[in-house]
Amino acid sequence: MIEPKVDPSKYDPRELGLKAGLEIHQQLNTRAKLFCNCPTRLSSEDEPGDEFVRQLRPTRSELGEVDIAALFEWRKGRMYHYHAPRATSCLVEADEEPPHEINQEAVVIGLAVALALGATPVDEIHVMRKIVIDGSNTTGFQRTAIIALGGSIELESGKKIGIATIAVEEDASRKLREEGRYVHYMLDRLGIPLIEISTEPDIETPEEAYEAALAIGQLLRLTGRVKRGIGTIRQDLNVSIRGGVKTEIKGVQRLELIPKIVLYEAIRQKRLLEIRDELKRRGVRQEDIDAQEIADVTDVFKKTKSKIIARAVKRGGRVLALKLPGFHGLLGVEVQPGRRFGTELADYARFWGGVGGLFHTDELPGYGISAEEVEELYKLLNAKKGWDAIVIVADEEPKARKALEAVKERAKMALEGIPKETRAAQEDGTTKFMRPQPGSARMYPETDIPPLEVTKELLNKARKIVPEKPHEKLEKLVRKYGLSEQLARQIIRDIHLDLFEKLAEKYGSRVAPSYIASLFTNILRSLAREGVPVSNLSDTHIEEIVRAIAEGKVSKDAVPDLIKYLAENPSRSVEEAVRELGIETVPVEKVEKLVEEAVKQLEAEIRARGLAALNKVMGRVMPKLRGKVDGKLVASIAKRKIEELLGGN
Amino acid sequence: METVPGYTGIARALLERAGARVGDRIRIVQRDGRVFEGILMPRYALSAKPIIVIKLDNGYNIGVRVDEHTEITVVKTREAILREAAAGAPAVVPLLEEQPPLEKRPRVMIIGTGGTIASKIEYETGAVKPAMSARDLVEAVPEIGFIAEVSAEVLMNILSENMRPEYWERIVDAVAKSIAEGFEGIVVAHGTDTMAYTASALAFAFRGLPVPIAFVGAQRSSDRPSSDASFNLISAVLVAARAPFAEVTVVMHGETGDTYALAHRATKVRKMHTSRRDAFQSINARPLARVYPFERRIELVSEPLQRRGEQELRVMNGFERKVALVKYYPGMDSEIIDFLVDRGYRGIVLEGTGLGHVGEWLVDSIRRAVENEIVVVMTSQTLFGRVNMNVYATGRKLLAAGVVPGDDMLPETAFVKLSWVLAHSSSFEEAKRLMRENLAGEINPRHTVDLYPRWPH
Repeated sequence: MIEPKVDPSKYDPRELGLKAGLEIHQQLNTRAKLFCNCPTRLSSEDEPGDEFVRQLRPTRSELGEVDIAALFEWRKGRMYHYHAPRATSCLVEADEEPPHEINQEAVVIGLAVALALGATPVDEIHVMRKIVIDGSNTTGFQRTAIIALGGSIELESGKKIGIATIAVEEDASRKLREEGRYVHYMLDRLGIPLIEISTEPDIETPEEAYEAALAIGQLLRLTGRVKRGIGTIRQDLNVSIRGGVKTEIKGVQRLELIPKIVLYEAIRQKRLLEIRDELKRRGVRQEDIDAQEIADVTDVFKKTKSKIIARAVKRGGRVLALKLPGFHGLLGVEVQPGRRFGTELADYARFWGGVGGLFHTDELPGYGISAEEVEELYKLLNAKKGWDAIVIVADEEPKARKALEAVKERAKMALEGIPKETRAAQEDGTTKFMRPQPGSARMYPETDIPPLEVTKELLNKARKIVPEKPHEKLEKLVRKYGLSEQLARQIIRDIHLDLFEKLAEKYGSRVAPSYIASLFTNILRSLAREGVPVSNLSDTHIEEIVRAIAEGKVSKDAVPDLIKYLAENPSRSVEEAVRELGIETVPVEKVEKLVEEAVKQLEAEIRARGLAALNKVMGRVMPKLRGKVDGKLVASIAKRKIEELLGGN
Repeated sequence: METVPGYTGIARALLERAGARVGDRIRIVQRDGRVFEGILMPRYALSAKPIIVIKLDNGYNIGVRVDEHTEITVVKTREAILREAAAGAPAVVPLLEEQPPLEKRPRVMIIGTGGTIASKIEYETGAVKPAMSARDLVEAVPEIGFIAEVSAEVLMNILSENMRPEYWERIVDAVAKSIAEGFEGIVVAHGTDTMAYTASALAFAFRGLPVPIAFVGAQRSSDRPSSDASFNLISAVLVAARAPFAEVTVVMHGETGDTYALAHRATKVRKMHTSRRDAFQSINARPLARVYPFERRIELVSEPLQRRGEQELRVMNGFERKVALVKYYPGMDSEIIDFLVDRGYRGIVLEGTGLGHVGEWLVDSIRRAVENEIVVVMTSQTLFGRVNMNVYATGRKLLAAGVVPGDDMLPETAFVKLSWVLAHSSSFEEAKRLMRENLAGEINPRHTVDLYPRWPH
């Protein structure tokens, strides 16, 4: 028998024969979108715009195949409500105008990355349509094109991870919310160019997956032509183990979560293989499952205390049950921490039947279902206690029936091991069933866009912007801007590297580059830790702050307060913030005057104690000046005035 | 049959030497050792570049540049690949689970003339093929089976821009035959570019119409999930099966979203946008009806000219070919009019400026045309509004020269009407009189203030 609980620390990914690949999607910072002339920035919902509602119909492949997930969405009457801001979307995003030719700026950046990875550019770029059915693309497909094949990325350990393909593609719309059968999408993000880098399944440990993602992310940032901020980089994972199946995991939001997700998926596959072996050991056969009929057991729950069942029946629903022969105990087995095999069955019931969930005998009696009711179930279904498991669903009859048919199919798959699935990553590192893996027929040519030949000119343009190698960049930062090696290492890993370089170039003669670097690596980070919403700050804010320092309008002491204010009031300019906070720098003459007054008031003490009275003077002056002038400047003036007083005697 | 369509020069020579055909799996080995493997695709680019397009296993196409050192071999033939794919293909899943009801539904005939309204994509090559058997259609758009008992026939497969009056005549005949056979409504699938011309032609050719005729097309090809083809087709079938009016209409999206379609009167509709779903708009009139395909509801907007079953079918088929539609532009040479006169044209529709003017230096040529019994009709390039040739001197001169004012007719409608009128009138005078008569709702005698769109500002 399998241990029902799963302990992740007991699994060695290498022993499981882990293989993983990454798909990194990164937004490019181009002037225009990939297939139209809209800017590549986001809009807010209150900007002027238009709205419209559409449906998407599943299309058939040559062989008559239809994408099952698409079909389900459509049958459910799913409608897509699009918000089309006029500043950031046009008829191309509304799918009311054919796409323009592919944006060559995006192609050149993509080729530059390809060259940096040692990949081979293709000779002619063909844009394809990849069917996407969740409404996030108004067309019902994503336009995507391979621009290079092969290459590799080196990890810090020296291990090389192969690159399979490099593609440029259009980003999808931004999902705002769901309201009943309506899904609301914002068209601002649709069409922003993405580079997609897919690695070979060379990754053998969860940590390597993380390192590879980090290394690719850094390479992309070193181009200085990628977007930063939440949602501008996204990762998908492909994971399998020895004897397992390549599973796609979508929507990994945070980089730090990658190792956990990879490990948990490896464990899930191992556990499903163990369940398979246990079923085989018990002699369970496909035919045994196939032979099971779905039974109506509503009568068993006439007086039930289960609120869920009572409510469903009251609404006119039925309680249906399915016997899973020989499955006793297995539905309660965890495949990932907190997710049992029963949870996997429930995912299928929800997806195919549209029901809320299911109950199974490995967790019963419970949830208001009594031991007597369970007893009755076993009797009615002619099931053997301690050997068979029973799954029940309470809902409208057709839905409940479809749900249990899906459970039956999934139970049969358990005899084979692991179904081919696309799964969605969750915040706790586990994954849940999203849809079956789509067939290869979901890709066909975008006939509205002519192919683009990769000419020598295009490659020469790309060569000019090939990102530097990290160690070259490091040397340059130390040499050119006089950063300490430690600070250079920090800034090279910071997402603001490109902004740092821009500002250091522009203001470096007046504001120390090391200060500008620490603005990102130290000040912004510690403010973020304090809970200041620093992500509200725009690049313009930060540049204005540095310029204000350069022009002597703001003292460095005032910067944290200034940032905090701007983060909380992002619509304000730096100038307004300075005025609002009353932190304009004070002219030197005024400082001198204040110091003179203090010195005069404290004359007796100064004469008695000499320079030791400096602190006293500072104590008088600084409360009037804090944040408005550099403390060092005040100190030097005070020192001079004291010396004048003493010397003048 | 062409085995490597689109390939020329060295690429073609290499493929032919290898015996490769489109659909075969090929291996390309370059002199520098790089190897590419994938399914050979046809080449659509019109330029003769030495590039071979293959589909990789991940579904992507790429172009590979070849030269005399490139080696190509066939790894697997198209037939073998298709055999394997067919063997592994799952059973075809129907779009809808429910079956159409068995009770009697109106019989609707769908006549295909071309365009992408009902077509299938060939995933391998991206080519779009017509799919117009009734079974194909009901399979692709099962909803229409719930509205009507559908029959279908592919009459022709013509790109909209290649339409000609002889095709109008064939369509008139086919529709007449179906009406005679007892169909309770007709849908004509047509390319959108010249759909309004053909629809107008039918509106004039059917002098008595007992059932509705709905022209329908698609602005987004039906191979994509966002296609408007199904939405429009369901709406058109609904109009054909259930509309209370018996008129020729164009049924297309009413707005950019998938909420309602509009049934426009054929003689008043115009394609006003190159690409939008709601490109078709009624000009100088309101549409006939709003059509809600999901709710299966038709809401009348305008008073119908004739109701279903009121009239008996009377067909007056035939269109004069020697008719020209000429748009006036500043400085236009009178030789253009002279040319038409000398070539034996019988009718000219002018698209003049504003209230119906052309440069006064054209008046003499126009007078000569009229003296040659050529019917000259004036319409306006402003599209909105009515011509009035009494307001300015040039207009009065043109009237004096014998020009027939086209009232508020669309230039295209006036062109189709004149083609029809000239084929069915016994004299020059009768033709001129018919041009001023409202035969098929092409003239709206009352323009209310709301009939002009407000543009964004």
